[in-house]
Amino acid sequence: MAGDQLHQLRLHEARRLLESHELSARDLTEACLARLDSVEPYVKAMISVCAEEALQQASAADRMRAAGKAKPLTGIPFIAKDLLCTRGVRTTCGSRMLENFVPPHNATVIDRLLEQGSVLIGKTNMDEFAMGSSTEHSAFYPSCNPWNLDCVPGGSSGGSAAGLAAGEALFALGTDTGGSIRQPASFCGVVGMKPTYGRVSRYGAVAFASSLDQIGPLTRDIQDCAVVMNVIAGQCEKDSTSAPIEVPDYTAFLGRGVQGLRIGVPQEYFVEGLQPDVRRTIEDAIHELENMGATIRRDISLPSTKYALAAYYIIAPSEASANLARFDGVRYGFSRQLATTEESVLATRGEGFGAEVKRRIMLGTHALSSGYYDAYYVKALKVRHIIREEFRQAFEQCDLLAMPTSPTVAFPIGSKIHDLMQMYLSDILTIPANIAGIPALSLPCGFAHGLPVGLQLMASSFREDLLLQVGHAFQQASEWHLKQPLL
Amino acid sequence: MLSNEQVRHIAWLARLGVTDAEVERFRDDLSIVLEHFHALGEVNTDHVPAAAHASRLQNVFREDVPQPSLPFDEVLANAPSTQDSCLRVPPILE
Repeated sequence: MAGDQLHQLRLHEARRLLESHELSARDLTEACLARLDSVEPYVKAMISVCAEEALQQASAADRMRAAGKAKPLTGIPFIAKDLLCTRGVRTTCGSRMLENFVPPHNATVIDRLLEQGSVLIGKTNMDEFAMGSSTEHSAFYPSCNPWNLDCVPGGSSGGSAAGLAAGEALFALGTDTGGSIRQPASFCGVVGMKPTYGRVSRYGAVAFASSLDQIGPLTRDIQDCAVVMNVIAGQCEKDSTSAPIEVPDYTAFLGRGVQGLRIGVPQEYFVEGLQPDVRRTIEDAIHELENMGATIRRDISLPSTKYALAAYYIIAPSEASANLARFDGVRYGFSRQLATTEESVLATRGEGFGAEVKRRIMLGTHALSSGYYDAYYVKALKVRHIIREEFRQAFEQCDLLAMPTSPTVAFPIGSKIHDLMQMYLSDILTIPANIAGIPALSLPCGFAHGLPVGLQLMASSFREDLLLQVGHAFQQASEWHLKQPLL
Repeated sequence: MLSNEQVRHIAWLARLGVTDAEVERFRDDLSIVLEHFHALGEVNTDHVPAAAHASRLQNVFREDVPQPSLPFDEVLANAPSTQDSCLRVPPILE
């Protein structure tokens, strides 16, 4: 393969070339960094690039392989959302508040990848504190969609999706609180998985909404997703919410087909506001799964789906208002030091946070405040219980659910930033999986208006294997995941 | 619809310094979102338990074993103001 195409390799293809010594980690890393140099001025996917460290890690990976100690991800370049703590590498969370924060520790997922000998190319742009659906709420600059630079890449893990689609690395890490991995994956034509709550350790991820946040991979295809999940999944003593449940070899489920599987298509996800061309593309994909031998169940209903958005915009801001209370300008982060503690804290938080973060902190503070707590917060938690129960019942009648990831394809930069509810509605189809804690996957299934469309699959808790099995079968029968943007 | 007074109260509870222009803006923004919350009133939640999380785990315990923690200087390296391995803050008592 020509050196100027190495950045396009899928992870499992690169791994094969590395294992057969046809390619070195050093060459692969140099190819990604060269690609990054040429496309980054247009895509703006990154907040920090660690070229020098990456080259050192790549050389170390080559030595690891020469010593016979190579692992599945040895020498594979990746990028990580800038809310995952990286020891000695600035971690901004897309915020002025953490603009100069250099963590003394690695997130568990970063540790696990670096132990494999993976190469960290840099940290990706995001909506501030992961609050947003377009990267336009980044305190620094918006990222652009590699398929159309006038459009957003989605968010909040927009930099991860855009950087991967543009060829700046072979896989990426993101986080998903209400769709922040799946929606940008859908917008940028890559695979994105939100694992089950508790499947992946959240240690070292800057907290947004602790009962909803999950870390997950963005990859070029399903096989790559399975390989990364094998490394990052599993219990960790530093996150007590990580589940003591054994991690299967996710690659073992690839190639099993869809024969005999029941796939539910809940009509509640084919909402008002769903673009007709997106609907058509999703219907075609579901038809394809049926042709391959899956049983399509259109009688599956999740009637409370329409309440998930309101419940989410109470629960997530409530948790955020508590989590973000730690930013007081005393221990780390942006600090305005005035005569009294009170003045200092007010000024630090008033100047350090951007408008969207302030809005959400205030929403949550209001929902938790005396006189409103029962009407808002407790009510939302009860609705959450109902939504969870509806999923439980649905998964007694079918093995998976299929629906669109987002009601629209990527939208133009600037088109929703002044319309709060339009922006929030962008996550209407992804939020329910976070509310219920179940795993969900977005994979490319076609194009509408020249932009990628994502098919979303959901399964019951800890059944990531089913998502990968079905996603892989779909990719065996289609070539949407092989399309790359012309940049 | 929230009043400016309510917005100032919420901002104070959240310890957020806000300008007069922000008060106006957040009053309108928050009112729009709160309006959407009313939809939840349609849902009958009598006898429904509140689900604070979706995890199956309850009360996770571990042995309390002393372990090395991060070095002082590394932890304090990000602090805006320190003195003698301590964080410096304004006085809170006269």
